[in-house]
Amino acid sequence: MASVEFQNVTKTFGGFNAVADVSFSVGDGEFVCLLGPSGCGKTTSLRMIAGLETPTSGRVLIGDEDVTHHHPKDRQISMVFQDYALYPHMNLADNIAYPLKVRGEAVAKRHGRAKEVADVLKIGHLLDRLPSQISGGQQQRTSLARALVYPSKVYLFDEPLSNLDAKLRLEARGFLNHLQRDMGMTAIYVTHDQAEAMALATRIAVMDQGKIVQYASPIEIYRRPSTTFVANFVGNPPMNLVEVEAAQSEGQLQLRADGISVSALPMSDAIGKALATSPKLTLGIRPEHLNIGAGSGPNTIAGELFANENMGPESLVTIERGGDNPRVTARIFVDDHLDIGKSVQFGFDSQHVHLFDSTGHRIPAIDE
Amino acid sequence: MKLTLPAFFGRLAFSALAALIGAAFALPLLWFIFAPFNARAELGLAMPEPWTLSNFVTVFGNSFAVRALWNSLIQAVGGVILVGAAATLAAYALSRSSIPGKGAVTYVLLLFSSVVSGSAAMVPIFLIVSSMRLIDTHIAVILTFAGGLLPTAMFILRDFIDSIPKSYEESAMVAGASPVQAFFDVALPVIRPGIVVVVVWGFVNIWGSFLIPFILLRSDDQMPASVAIYSFYSEAGTPIVTLLAAYSLIYSLPVIALYLFVSWKFGFRFFGGIKA
Repeated sequence: MASVEFQNVTKTFGGFNAVADVSFSVGDGEFVCLLGPSGCGKTTSLRMIAGLETPTSGRVLIGDEDVTHHHPKDRQISMVFQDYALYPHMNLADNIAYPLKVRGEAVAKRHGRAKEVADVLKIGHLLDRLPSQISGGQQQRTSLARALVYPSKVYLFDEPLSNLDAKLRLEARGFLNHLQRDMGMTAIYVTHDQAEAMALATRIAVMDQGKIVQYASPIEIYRRPSTTFVANFVGNPPMNLVEVEAAQSEGQLQLRADGISVSALPMSDAIGKALATSPKLTLGIRPEHLNIGAGSGPNTIAGELFANENMGPESLVTIERGGDNPRVTARIFVDDHLDIGKSVQFGFDSQHVHLFDSTGHRIPAIDE
Repeated sequence: MKLTLPAFFGRLAFSALAALIGAAFALPLLWFIFAPFNARAELGLAMPEPWTLSNFVTVFGNSFAVRALWNSLIQAVGGVILVGAAATLAAYALSRSSIPGKGAVTYVLLLFSSVVSGSAAMVPIFLIVSSMRLIDTHIAVILTFAGGLLPTAMFILRDFIDSIPKSYEESAMVAGASPVQAFFDVALPVIRPGIVVVVVWGFVNIWGSFLIPFILLRSDDQMPASVAIYSFYSEAGTPIVTLLAAYSLIYSLPVIALYLFVSWKFGFRFFGGIKA
């Protein structure tokens, strides 16, 4: 196991900056997720760690060694590919043992080791099958077995679960989580699924347009998203973001927008500084921090019921207030029957309020 | 469903016409099957009476004819090995590398290849081969065919390799393989069905070609079968149909055998990627 470090790495494809001056480090034994929408540079970053792409500028370090220009084979890494990349002409035993074959291990020894790993992953009975003869979940575990069959400094995952159906994905996610904590391996995992990142990572690097927007623990990213982009990307359903007109009066913050009534928000120096630039702020409330019912506190959002989706334990209730971007969703754990078009009021606590300035950056709360 | 009377006769007429056209095409094939076994074969279609192998005995007694089959084999196999190996390496490089303008290279080559192996280029080809002092050698024929077939072979193979995910070789290299190892262990077996297609296509092309060996070769002991057939004439200038028929059948057997072998061994089926 080893640490990984990016130092001012830029990767340009024909004038387009896929990765723009990115620096971050991954500690020994950490599980870091690169999270972001497609085209944000997360896969390119991973491929530069693997050596499948060469940075246009900057350095990549694995275990304090500069590997920027090393061939992938000289990096002692493992990688699980999104399409699994199982060799169609080799049976599972040969697929899993391939890394040992190129290391010159004898057939008996490498097949023995492949069997051990395959047994752990519960595919030991399939070793003489071809990849085309097994299910998607088994193919996924085979590619995982091939990555685990030899000791590596870093394990790289490129959206390894995105080709699985929902149920298998949950199962595989739990298994990966257990495996990483159990082995203490250094893992870097690319995904666009925020739930996967939250569940697996010790730290998440949220990427957008070739840059890291926030690099922090999952709980930190959930509680204190650094920008509206992160706030909107992490959480399911995403955080409600409402553009408000802000003003201060008598040490209290006043927010004005259609259907919004907020009182008793204390002012702070940070808010004052943001207001000095522009009074247009963004108010963020997570759906799970909204409750339903009239008179449910000093802060409310009101509108007409747009949709009520019952998910079993909880309901997703969406209302439409006036103005641009009018929809606000709440995750509510009561199943009231609500009629479409009826006016509904959500309430929320001041402590759950997130504020972002006019450029979309988080304004720290008083206790931060 | 019951057909109306006009529709019924319409179908009848159509079927009769189709059968007639089919028969017209089948007649030469029937001649091709019957004539070799007929000691008195003529250009007309006739049932052999009796069936005999005497034509084949005569052919195999003719050392020039047998030698020609062997020459055809040398030239076709030699050409195919050259085309298969060179096209695989070139197509792989064109598909996987990021050379700018690699698409244009393939298209220009493809365009010229139709000229190179065509009769228009026969004079320059003859002059080039002559100045290389290769006239009347197998290698002249092999090189000329390789030059003519390579661009198309590269084009077919490049298309095939383009459809194979890069992640095969990438995963091999991450696992510790050098680019050469990744090519031979992973890429080549996956590309193999495409190579087989190119090899069969090249073999059939060289085996059946008349003009290039006819021009580049001089002596009887270098001539391939396609040219040898041309010599089955009596002194009076009339074709010796019995020999011609038997020899034609023998001449077409290797190609048929190759198709059957490939179909049995590879089934002309592509591995492609695993379903995502």
